[in-house]
Amino acid sequence: MSQDSNPKNSIDLAAARAKLAGEGGRRFWQSLEELSDTKEYRNFLENEFPANSEKDADGINRRDVLKLMAASAAMAGLSACTKLPTEKIVPYVRPPEQIIPGRPLFYATSTQQGGVATGVLVESHMGRPTKIEGNPEHPGSLGGTDVFTQASILHLYDPDRSQTVVFEGRVSTWSDFVAAMGNARIRLSPKGAGLRFLTRTVTSPTFGSQMRGLLAQFPEAKWHQYEPCSQDSAREGARLAFGRPVNTTYHFDQADVIVSLDADFLSRGPGHVRYAREFASRRDLSAGPASKLNRFYAAESMPTGTGASSDHRLPLRSTDIDDLARQLAAAVGVAVPPSANASAKIPAAWVSAVARDLAAHRGSSLVIAGEQQPAFVHALAHAINAALGNVGKTVVYTESIEANPVNQLESLRDLVNDLNAGRVEILVIIDGNPVYDAPADFNFADALQNAKLRVHSGLYKDETAELCHWHAPAAHFLESWSDARAFDGTVGIVQPLIAPLYDGHTAHEVLAAFSGDSGKSGHDLVRGYWQSQRPEKDKAFETLWETSLHDGLIAGTALPAIAVALHADFVSLGRQQTASGDASALEVVFRPDPSIGDGEYANNGWLQELPKPVTRITWDNAAMISPGTAQHLSLTTGDYVSLKLVDRSMHAGVFIVPGHADNCVTLHLGYGRSRAGNVGTGPGFNAYLLRNSASPSVAHGLQIEKTGEKYYFASTQQQYTIDVEGHPAEEESQAAFSRDLVRIATLDEFRKDPAFAKKTEEEETKDLTIYPGFKYEGYSWGMSIDLNRCIGCNACVVACQSENNIAVVGKDQVMRGRAMHWIRIDTYFRGNLENPEMYYEPLPCMQCENAPCEYVCPVGATTHSPEGLNDMTYNRCVGTRYCSNNCPYKVRRFNFFLYSDYKTPSLYGMRNPNVTVRSRGVMEKCTYCVQRINAARIRSEEENRTIRDGEIITACQSACPAEAIVFGNINDPNSRVSKLKAQTRDYSLLDDLNTRPRTTYLARVRNPNPEIRD
Amino acid sequence: MSQIFHRSTNLVSRVSIYGAVLIIGALGYALYAIAMSPWYTDQNVKRQQPVPFSHRHHAGELGIDCRYCHTSVEKSSFAGVPPTQTCMTCHSQIWTNASMLEPVRASYRDDTSIPWIRVNALPDFVYFDHSIHISKGIGCTTCHGQIAEMALTERAGTLYMSWCLNCHRQPEKFVRDKSEVFNPFYEPPSGAKQLELGRKLVKEYKIQSYQHCSTCHR
Amino acid sequence: MDSEGSHNIAGVTEPEPLIGPGHTFETVTDKISSIVLTRGTTPGWVFGFLIAFSLLMLLNLVVTLLMIKGVGIWGIRVPTAWGFAIVNFVWWIGIGHAGTLISAILLLLHQKWRTSINRFAEAMTIFAVMCAGMFPLLHMGRPWLFFYLMPYPNPMWMWPQFRSPLVWDVFAVSTYFTVSLLFWFVGLIPDLATLRDRAKNKAAKIIYGMLSMGWRGSAVHWSRYETASLLLAGLATPLVVSVHTVVSFDFTIGIIPGWHTTIFPPYFVAGAIYSGFAMVLTLAIPIRKYYHLEDLVTMRHLETMAKVMLATGLIVAYGYAIEAFMAIYSGDPYERYMLWNRIHGPYRGLYFMLIACNIVIPQSLWSRRVRRSIPLLFIVSLVVNTGMWLERFVIVVISLSRDFIPSSWAVYLPTKWDWATYLGTFGLFFTLFYLFIRFLPMISIVEVRSLVHETSEEKPHS
Repeated sequence: MSQDSNPKNSIDLAAARAKLAGEGGRRFWQSLEELSDTKEYRNFLENEFPANSEKDADGINRRDVLKLMAASAAMAGLSACTKLPTEKIVPYVRPPEQIIPGRPLFYATSTQQGGVATGVLVESHMGRPTKIEGNPEHPGSLGGTDVFTQASILHLYDPDRSQTVVFEGRVSTWSDFVAAMGNARIRLSPKGAGLRFLTRTVTSPTFGSQMRGLLAQFPEAKWHQYEPCSQDSAREGARLAFGRPVNTTYHFDQADVIVSLDADFLSRGPGHVRYAREFASRRDLSAGPASKLNRFYAAESMPTGTGASSDHRLPLRSTDIDDLARQLAAAVGVAVPPSANASAKIPAAWVSAVARDLAAHRGSSLVIAGEQQPAFVHALAHAINAALGNVGKTVVYTESIEANPVNQLESLRDLVNDLNAGRVEILVIIDGNPVYDAPADFNFADALQNAKLRVHSGLYKDETAELCHWHAPAAHFLESWSDARAFDGTVGIVQPLIAPLYDGHTAHEVLAAFSGDSGKSGHDLVRGYWQSQRPEKDKAFETLWETSLHDGLIAGTALPAIAVALHADFVSLGRQQTASGDASALEVVFRPDPSIGDGEYANNGWLQELPKPVTRITWDNAAMISPGTAQHLSLTTGDYVSLKLVDRSMHAGVFIVPGHADNCVTLHLGYGRSRAGNVGTGPGFNAYLLRNSASPSVAHGLQIEKTGEKYYFASTQQQYTIDVEGHPAEEESQAAFSRDLVRIATLDEFRKDPAFAKKTEEEETKDLTIYPGFKYEGYSWGMSIDLNRCIGCNACVVACQSENNIAVVGKDQVMRGRAMHWIRIDTYFRGNLENPEMYYEPLPCMQCENAPCEYVCPVGATTHSPEGLNDMTYNRCVGTRYCSNNCPYKVRRFNFFLYSDYKTPSLYGMRNPNVTVRSRGVMEKCTYCVQRINAARIRSEEENRTIRDGEIITACQSACPAEAIVFGNINDPNSRVSKLKAQTRDYSLLDDLNTRPRTTYLARVRNPNPEIRD
Repeated sequence: MSQIFHRSTNLVSRVSIYGAVLIIGALGYALYAIAMSPWYTDQNVKRQQPVPFSHRHHAGELGIDCRYCHTSVEKSSFAGVPPTQTCMTCHSQIWTNASMLEPVRASYRDDTSIPWIRVNALPDFVYFDHSIHISKGIGCTTCHGQIAEMALTERAGTLYMSWCLNCHRQPEKFVRDKSEVFNPFYEPPSGAKQLELGRKLVKEYKIQSYQHCSTCHR
Repeated sequence: MDSEGSHNIAGVTEPEPLIGPGHTFETVTDKISSIVLTRGTTPGWVFGFLIAFSLLMLLNLVVTLLMIKGVGIWGIRVPTAWGFAIVNFVWWIGIGHAGTLISAILLLLHQKWRTSINRFAEAMTIFAVMCAGMFPLLHMGRPWLFFYLMPYPNPMWMWPQFRSPLVWDVFAVSTYFTVSLLFWFVGLIPDLATLRDRAKNKAAKIIYGMLSMGWRGSAVHWSRYETASLLLAGLATPLVVSVHTVVSFDFTIGIIPGWHTTIFPPYFVAGAIYSGFAMVLTLAIPIRKYYHLEDLVTMRHLETMAKVMLATGLIVAYGYAIEAFMAIYSGDPYERYMLWNRIHGPYRGLYFMLIACNIVIPQSLWSRRVRRSIPLLFIVSLVVNTGMWLERFVIVVISLSRDFIPSSWAVYLPTKWDWATYLGTFGLFFTLFYLFIRFLPMISIVEVRSLVHETSEEKPHS
């Protein structure tokens, strides 16, 4: 955390600011003079529980924790000298087929983000889903996952989920709901005027057909769709370029040169998991010097995980991207007039170099525009790709995957107008929260009141549910029958792994309640639809259905590529669509939050506590600005400011981000929820308050005023500090590089010296030890992490949390340096603050062969296994924390309080039964998923064979969309991990300590364009 | 000057000095004895069950194979407790109206499980796997004792870590031929013979005596 | 004999008597025993005792809270997983060194001047070790499992992990405590007998009687007494060195820059004696004033202790110097950064304070005037106590707060509960000490008696 004061001058303002920025947990009134007084600051920190920690993570209230800890202390205390309580065994009465008690089963299903499906395999223990993995068969996943997918299991067991049907605040039942909907339906005019449906983006064919059927029944009913961070601009861009909303898919594995126009394609948007894998496959150096890398240029306003993985990053206000796009387009021969408001920030040399690079790779290059960009930029991207002959090669167009592609903003606008005009009798909101996330100028909350009957179906009793007459709890996707299309149109089947925990029902069932066939179950509806669609009949269909359920997708449903012609006059059409407002004024960009999206994941403790890429902030969003802008506005990290945009305003804490574009503020959406649940209600600032329909993603003329208050962020890693003159004093990163923690070379350097990452003394010191080393016969486990593949997406962090029952500790504890993640992603900056290179380094336990933690433990709670693991035995640990002190990598985590939630029954079901839930006062750490190792060993020994390479896949490895993490037996020279470790780029952290880590890294190799100096 | 203490005090003090040593020793032993006592470990303590199920009758006298009820013992960490259905396969035919079996019929009738009392319970931080022990030639009775003679089932071992390690450190003393694993009447050959057989089987079955912590604790 | 140097070289041959003139066996015995028997409970004592006791109750509160909530109430974190608890542990242990040193080593060296201060120095030792001993227990995440650190037959078939210094601590500290306690008690026996004989009321007679274990002062008793003291002295002497050496292993065995260094054992021991004597002075000066013991605890005692402090202080200074030198000379980047961080890092203020307290200010003791000025001496002793606490803070916290991987660097700040725990141990310490001076002879009557005729022998020479 950044309370470290600037080394050069003793206590200075900046130091004090920096201090406050990192530590503490609440605003309090203080003059800047006081800030530099460390005593004040200290007093504050000594204040035991900062105000906002009263409501702790995953709903653990402080007081409860206290009570609990009292209890647990007693229990644990006694456990040393009491007998085990008598347990009961409750067997089945009639055993279900295929379940072997104690053995997990895997089922294929699909999760959705923005309606787009990602295929997953879900691990189920005795009928309880416990872990989500990617589905290798599914085109949208290829086995990888992302943070949202990994964390969605927590939503299933979330105690805050809405559990009962509610009518006007009173508990009701589903049957009453159905009945009520039936009556309402009858009361409607025959044509169904005034019946309105509002959903999020829908790709489900079944839902689509249901809706079409319903609209056929009621011609005057309407279906609106709204998603706060939708694909509108992409949709409109396509319409602009081709005259109709086509779906664009990319082949990053085919692309040698990639240009991203503010696109965060590795962490968001349709197919991002697959794209991450394809992208990473082109950062692979296993062929040594011979291997070819792609070259990736990223222009973006806010540093994203995607931008950090680029070879050339151009920090550019979102507004100026338009200019860049036009220049690039012109350079590759698209006739387009220069931008009305040209940007001085775009180096001509840069553009020409990129253009040359693109031109040199006709058919194997790729230009992609981001969600925040206006339609015209998307159109330009299409034009450039067309001009470069990439279409059909790296860029493929298909029909839209949506059931009904509409401009969602306009769709919502219609609804609001109808509402205000009193034309809405019944409004059915299915899985959406417009009261919270609709553009502010719609005043949706007020408009909503004009609907005679308001019905809401969703996972939570959220802001919208509060204003509706009826609320019906939605079924979690792990409880649902449904279907959804992947980015390429492939239909994934959603099948339930567990009967609804509460009274949850799917969107299909809600619709059915209106279309009259309320009797039908979700299963009947989905299966029925496909039976009607497929040519196969009876038996044939039966088999198809079975295989589809097994594979999680219906084979061959990917949409075929289509040929589209670029409109000659899209430029003239596009003119009036360029960004509005005084472009020179301070720009504000609204982005979905990298951890909690547009707010739908707000009540997820895992995601809230997830350190965001680059900033490492947890539990908050912030007004993010560049160091330059900070200077200019004399702001600093931790200033609590009021933001004014036109007639609306909000408050937020300022956070300075190196590499952010100047004269631009990034606000992440999704925070400041008022009715999210115990976890999501409270943290952060609601950026929707500033967002208006005229400019939903980029606006100008933001005004910032200091309030004089301070706001404290919980960042898991100390960032650089800025001293008064604004010179960077980034001690951490400096040290990181002087200590060779991250080893980097350019492709050319690598080709000259493939062993650049090796240090000679590393080899020499190997056997300088007086103790005889361990003999590792049989297996010896090791891990290799390819820094060149890692995109810092955090999927491994959440996967680990899910697999290993890792507790959530809350903002206050994170600020106190007690986050529990077993694998963390260290981030370091190199170069100037304006546009630094960013480096990720995932850090699990290194499983040292000479482990400093082992010999200092007084009770032998952490010991060396014959296979080279540093075993951690929780029940033996007495918590002296000596091991943590002596761990040079600081990967050990300690339960300073009772962090594990012992009191919420619903969470019991979620826990991995093969991993002990740690109690208070116990050290814990990564074990290479030893439970998986043991399971594989037992299976192999029963089958009288050795464990196959790739049979054991650690949670982090399986989650990684970029395949950056590989685990295996390093005694087997042919194992994948051995081969990787044999690469010249292989190096270990702090090798001069001779700890001999089993986890080693493959050095990062950049592929910069020699023509560009930055 | 008057004496404060009577002469006897000398004796008292001497005795108390030496006595202290003894008392402390005795206390230590007592604690150990308690920790090892059936009262504390539940070893050889019969548990009352909702249905007085007799292993002696079923496994011993009738000779029903262990796996008939404990179906997953070869496949899974958990041996499996038979679902009511399994009971009813026979008891829908025989003893159909024995009052003793009413709970079973009730369970089957109203589809409610029988809440058996757990006899062999390990702490939650211990991960034992039945299947691997079975497949390495460790017999049921090695851990579960003379099950075929138990009218009401009881815990045969202390289930202490030392009890586990005792075998993990010297498997040759306990391993038996795979064909004998489910034999409830198996008599291990006497001392030397067992060792001889054990050593042979340990090689044959590739038995490693795992003793590192993560074998059982995760 | 009045030149500055000669005092330092030949402090032993100092003519100045060890006790004030005109003392006979009778007066000595009266003076000391009266404090316990006749003087009764004075308001001053009550006042002090109440303060101490309320602090003890504070400790009580914190420990309860700690047991209920967990060590999280302290400021400790990753990477600084050890904080105040360990700092205080080492500090108290260090203080606990003077007593045994004075009584054991000086006894073997026949340093007569120890006689009037050894009694409460030993008491101080025992109480300090008590305070110290609490911390290793309290700082554990699961203190109720402390017995895992003991080798005892158990159904887990597990031993402690003997490679860990923390296990060595258990033995070192407990042994040290036991021996010190025995030593102290054996020394007390004859005096207890004196009190028994002089006590007026029955209860006192009985209690002192039991404690004095039937001491009759016969020749046999005396010879056994002598043997016992000598044996215990012999036992205790190596312990004085071993305890703090072992404590220093807690750090030297670790690989943290600023911990992993061979200089620690000697300079920890020196530091321990340094702070020990400082504490003796801190206690002796007010006591002797309040109970008018100026002619038993004479200027010469104070001055000699001041000299010891000066000497050990210099050893400590040397330790610091070597630490810094090694950091630079080693060429090890982490060691170098450690030094740089101490001087420039967020805690630099504390580091410079440490240098001031432990090295700069004590140099004033070179001056005889300072050594002989009670108030100045008192202040210096306080300064040194503070300095030694800072030393431990610097070693434990600064080293940990920035070790190898920069991403984990962070600043440790104590919470109010850290402070409360620390203050609480003062409560324990002083409560015991107040009880001690009230109910036991704080100066060894027997040994001071032995001085009486020595001084009378010495008289003709001067």
